[in-house]
Amino acid sequence: MNQSAEGLPGRRGFLKAGAVGFPAILSAAQSANAIKVGLVGAGGRGSGAAAQALKADDYAELTAVADIDMDTIDKSLARLQRAAGPKIKVASDKKFIGLDAFQKVIDSGVDVVLLATPPGFRPQHLRYAIEAGKHVFCEKPVATDGPGVRHVLETVDIATKKNVSLVAGFCWRYSNYIAETFDKIGSGAIGDIVAYYATYYTSPVKPMPPESTRPAGMSDTEWQIRNWYNFQWLCGDSLVEQAVHSVDKVAWAMKDQPPISCVAVGGRQIPANGGNIYDHFAVNYLYPNGVRAFVANRQTENCYNENSDYILGTKGTCTIGRGPNPRIEGQNPWSFEGQKNDMYQHEHDVLFASIRKGQPINDGKRMATSTLLAMMGRMAAYTGQQITWEQALNSQERLVPDTIDWKGSLAVPPLPLPGKTKFI
Amino acid sequence: MRKLRKFFFLLALPAAAQTAAPAKPPADDLKLVQGLQRRIASGTKEKKASDMKPYKSTIPGTDVSFEMVPIPGGEFTMGTPAGEAGRQKDEGPQHKVRLDPFWMAAREVTWDEYRLFQFSHVEGKMPDVDAVSHPTRPYVEMSFGMGLNGFPAISMTQHAANKYAQWLSAKTGQFYRLPTEAEWEYACRAGNAPVDLAASAWYDANANGKYQLVGTKKPNAWGLYDMLGNVMEWTLDAYAPYPAGDAVNPWVKSKTSYPQVARGGSWNDPASSLRCGARVASDASWKQQDPQLPKSIWYLTDAQWLGFRLVRPLKVPSVVEMNSFWNNGVEVDP
Repeated sequence: MNQSAEGLPGRRGFLKAGAVGFPAILSAAQSANAIKVGLVGAGGRGSGAAAQALKADDYAELTAVADIDMDTIDKSLARLQRAAGPKIKVASDKKFIGLDAFQKVIDSGVDVVLLATPPGFRPQHLRYAIEAGKHVFCEKPVATDGPGVRHVLETVDIATKKNVSLVAGFCWRYSNYIAETFDKIGSGAIGDIVAYYATYYTSPVKPMPPESTRPAGMSDTEWQIRNWYNFQWLCGDSLVEQAVHSVDKVAWAMKDQPPISCVAVGGRQIPANGGNIYDHFAVNYLYPNGVRAFVANRQTENCYNENSDYILGTKGTCTIGRGPNPRIEGQNPWSFEGQKNDMYQHEHDVLFASIRKGQPINDGKRMATSTLLAMMGRMAAYTGQQITWEQALNSQERLVPDTIDWKGSLAVPPLPLPGKTKFI
Repeated sequence: MRKLRKFFFLLALPAAAQTAAPAKPPADDLKLVQGLQRRIASGTKEKKASDMKPYKSTIPGTDVSFEMVPIPGGEFTMGTPAGEAGRQKDEGPQHKVRLDPFWMAAREVTWDEYRLFQFSHVEGKMPDVDAVSHPTRPYVEMSFGMGLNGFPAISMTQHAANKYAQWLSAKTGQFYRLPTEAEWEYACRAGNAPVDLAASAWYDANANGKYQLVGTKKPNAWGLYDMLGNVMEWTLDAYAPYPAGDAVNPWVKSKTSYPQVARGGSWNDPASSLRCGARVASDASWKQQDPQLPKSIWYLTDAQWLGFRLVRPLKVPSVVEMNSFWNNGVEVDP
């Protein structure tokens, strides 16, 4: 399933054509045209991204890995070995653990960095990688608070100046059938959009284990990072970490233009067990001309589950996720008919093709704005207030501690209370 | 090998949360199977073919039930006759197969049944039920908007279907497993009674791009609904060329993760694939969209047209046999 990016010749084609116009980073001095890949965050998603990166280019090789846990690195490498054998070239001194391991990977002479740790660390990791002139695959979401988003937006500009590629893990943008659907909507197949309703009703993602299972002597910081999904500062909450995919599709339909404001409800129904994230949200975004977007998510067992999009327009309705194929009903009926691509693979095919071609792509701006769009809903739910786009963009609330001490104690802020929790 | 249209999984997150999946699925230990076998063997009343009646079983502690239909033992010609429209090479050579009697589920396993297992909690009442390995929690809605109540369960690995069979056996005290490829084809052919496809099957021409409620079309001559169409169904067998000789109760055991055999075609297939002799080999691409490594041992993210139904052989198997039916030992990743 190695298709090359649309409109680009196959990878072998590039190599035959000779290395022309590479970014400085891939100078001719490098041996055998290798592209060295470093992985930051060797969990399930990071390992998956590494496998896809190595598949995306004949001469990609994995040379360095960072995680908080050597066991995680070794397990990941064992699996990658099976998936990509000879392309795994991680020397024993290129396996780095700890909160500064990302720097060691980025400084180890890699060309491409895959960022797949919990999102609270993403702004810091992304800045360091881009400053170092690396190409980056950056998983979603890209931050967990307003200052983080602004930091990322600055980094995105640096990436442009440095001429490096930055591909975001908002994977639907790389799905051929969803892209075709949004192309249809963009070209007026349902007329003007009146409203967008998106659902992300699922089971809990990584429920918090009981405090009694915490190993003796494990610090607050480590305990929280190991259970990252349950803490605002690390995951950004369920709306920002998971339902952000639906939010990103809303942004796509609205041509990545920001809303005016939003109001939201949210809360926690099942005990948080020491974590501080909500398990449900319902956000109502107001766009110019009275257009509305509703995004609702829930992470609870034994409830109605759905992950769909309903886009209502003046000439028809588009439905995604009710049955395998998106469809448009109304004046211009349409349904996707064709072979669906592997979007996770395609992200990397496009990234590596851009590197080979020396034509950087940069998903950075929309990656940051889609993250902020979800965050804005979270802020409205936490505070119980209407939040404007400008407010969200200028939010001063810092969820991520300034210094993170692996051995340190770290208090967990209580669950937000709408009406009491202040917007900062 | 026919080319399957790939279906894609709505996933932002993996279908399964596994931070450190074992390289092999944990075979539920032999002691568990020993206990189950004893309980099942001592509680089984039917001893001979004439004792076999159709029955309805309600899953204990729930109001969810399923119906089983007796399938007489006998001999049939397995494989597709030369000249049948749509016949593929792997459907031959035709050969004689003799089978012992079994019951077969009248309908495909529905979400109503499967979700009891998928989301079941340790109940604490029956240790041998709680001890069966259970699927990890899916992160997305696994019916993909096609419907739950009364609709067939889909997108599970053969390992997951086997574990469902073990769980159901522990719950009910009767032995259930996937059908072998031969049993499935025999039951589908139902003595080679003629088939009116449009009246008895959901496929691409009439299914409107999704699966349909089980048991709403006409059953086959032996009272089995949706053998052809609606969802493709797992069998126990590894995909391999047919032997030329005759066989008795054949079962080709899996030695590798892929390929294994699915049968019957689905809502997503043309009529030409809905034939009792047609075979489909499972493929790693059925898990393509699982974004994680390791990929899940429970979910096939790209097989939204694949489900299963269970059988119950008249003869209660031995401990060793039960263990090998329920633990294929090959569902590994990547």
